Amino acid sequence: MIPFLIYIGFFVGAYLLVTRILRRKEVHDYTSLKTVTFGDESAVVSDRLASVFSILAIFVLWMMFTGSIFLPKFLHAPGPFEGVTSFDYTVETPDGQRDSATVTVLVHPVDQEVEPPVIEPGDGWAKNDSATIGAWRSGLIRVDRNDELGRGEGAQVVEVNGEPIAPGQSVQVSDGRVGMSPKGTLNFEPNKGWQMEPIWLPAPEAVIQRLVDISSDGFRGATLLEHLGYSLFRVLVGFALGALVGIPLGYAMGLSNWFRGWFDPIVEFMRPVPPLALIPLVIIWAGIGETGKIILLFLASLWIMAIAARSGVSGVRISKVHAAYSLGASKAQVMRYVIVPNSLPEIFTGARVAMGVCWGTVVAAELVAAEQGAGMMIMVASKFQNTDIVIMGIILIGIIGFGIDMAMRWAERRLVPWKGRG
Amino acid sequence: MTGLSINNLSMRFDLPNGGSVQALKDVSLELAPGDLMSVLGPSGCGKTTLLNIVAGFLAPTEGEVRMNGHRVEGPDAERGMVFQQGALFEWMNVRENVGFGPKMKGMAEPEKAQIVDHLLEVVGLQDFKEKAVYELSGGMQQRVALARCLANDPDVILMDEPLGALDALTREKMQSLVLKLWKETGKTIILITHSVEEALLLGERLLVMAPRPGRIHREYRLPFADIGVGADLREVKKHPDYAPTREEILNMIWNMEEEIMGRTEAEQ
Repeated sequence: MIPFLIYIGFFVGAYLLVTRILRRKEVHDYTSLKTVTFGDESAVVSDRLASVFSILAIFVLWMMFTGSIFLPKFLHAPGPFEGVTSFDYTVETPDGQRDSATVTVLVHPVDQEVEPPVIEPGDGWAKNDSATIGAWRSGLIRVDRNDELGRGEGAQVVEVNGEPIAPGQSVQVSDGRVGMSPKGTLNFEPNKGWQMEPIWLPAPEAVIQRLVDISSDGFRGATLLEHLGYSLFRVLVGFALGALVGIPLGYAMGLSNWFRGWFDPIVEFMRPVPPLALIPLVIIWAGIGETGKIILLFLASLWIMAIAARSGVSGVRISKVHAAYSLGASKAQVMRYVIVPNSLPEIFTGARVAMGVCWGTVVAAELVAAEQGAGMMIMVASKFQNTDIVIMGIILIGIIGFGIDMAMRWAERRLVPWKGRG
Repeated sequence: MTGLSINNLSMRFDLPNGGSVQALKDVSLELAPGDLMSVLGPSGCGKTTLLNIVAGFLAPTEGEVRMNGHRVEGPDAERGMVFQQGALFEWMNVRENVGFGPKMKGMAEPEKAQIVDHLLEVVGLQDFKEKAVYELSGGMQQRVALARCLANDPDVILMDEPLGALDALTREKMQSLVLKLWKETGKTIILITHSVEEALLLGERLLVMAPRPGRIHREYRLPFADIGVGADLREVKKHPDYAPTREEILNMIWNMEEEIMGRTEAEQ
């Protein structure tokens, strides 16, 4: 909830900063009210500065709540309590004797080994105690262990810092909370603060460090590039095979009634089946090796490419075909010079969709079972609570997916500049 | 025998609901080489169907079209067609579009280039040779379509509302261009239009068709196309016969439209 409110704060703050201060001098005439273009979606363009601030906001939020070293300390969200704290407890014996003692607790970072602080036992029959607890953790403290009259003698803890306590209840102390278990043992839980523990969300520098480590040392017998390369290789081969079969199939379906009728039920049935649903069957048939992955990606792209090619062929304007015929073209020439180029933009759109689907499918398939690959990397890492590897993997998968889409768009602009211009 | 002869042409389309529409009934027509004929009529009179049959895109249910003595049995380079719009190949530039016909014939590159250059000059697009067709204005695109058709050197040019999508000013310029090309090349031209003015200006012969079933209602022979070659078309419109003929044809078509409306209402 708090991070969300801070995020909204960033949004509003950045907006006010940009519009009220940086762009104060811009003209605000009637066009800024969109009277002219209201309802015209193309009139709304993405504000680059907003995008920059948006990305910044996410990173700042991430760094704030993980106590990143990239952010000055005063900007951090309050971290977990660390250091020495203490609270008093009072024990009562069945015959009404009371005595108090102090518990000194050293709260230390979880990845450090520490000795309990040395303390004086103190006066009275209840003796002072000391304990160590890791930050974000909690620990049972048997305060009566060293007391002269302990649990064995029927003595019970009745107060903490002067406030009454009973099994199941808790008392707030200065740096944490003291609870009591059903059996009467005290349980100290130091304040957690607002920051996230690294096993849930590691700081950016930990992720970067992990990226450096894995790029040089590898992960599970393969380097980072090999893992990503395997995933990409599967996508490219699976997609290429899918296109190789799907495009001619789509052409045949677009040109012949018989082919259309024969393959329509198959294509229309297979199209809405999510490729992920095929993973179990493919594993049964082909195992978890490369063959299985490539079959799966082949199936994922096949239908998309067939449908794209089919609609590319059917979408040709009849006047273009007529024009070609009346200019003396033969059937084969109409095919080569009119139908094929006319279908290319549709095929490219299909290829873009297919590549995206394939990338998603390969990661999912690797999550299920694989020896190498981006999905396998994050799946294995998650089993060992290596959250930094998981986050690194997700970011890399996102970047590659985005890169594939950009590359396809670029190829589209270069190869079919006439798209949408007919 | 040369020229185009259309003999007792009938065309019936079967409808999905089991009925049928008589698009053309018993249409006969003779065109000599060099004839410029415009075709006018209310919608549904079968103008476009007639043109598609002559082009060879449709097979008539009855009758036949003969071209220079042989029977028309499909599209052929001897009958070129200019469409309203959107029939250019947007994956080719202007030069490739115009050179498409010669290329299909397997013409040698230098000869082809010469034809393309010449025709682009005729239609005034010599500076746009390497442009993509979608970078051109609507009028320029239709010039490319005309040049593409002429590059194939057809005997007959069929035009299906070629200027219908252009603005008034561009349209007037294009009308002059069509007249000029007609006179220079001596082609037989059939031009379908919705505009009575255009039909008058671009029809040495003017055919008025009537709907339901599509048939020839009346044919005129007009002097305006000959006068218009190389002249200002606005001057042609001041010819004493121009306005009366226009009114007569307009009335004729209005009456047909009203008759259709009446019949549709009676059917309901």
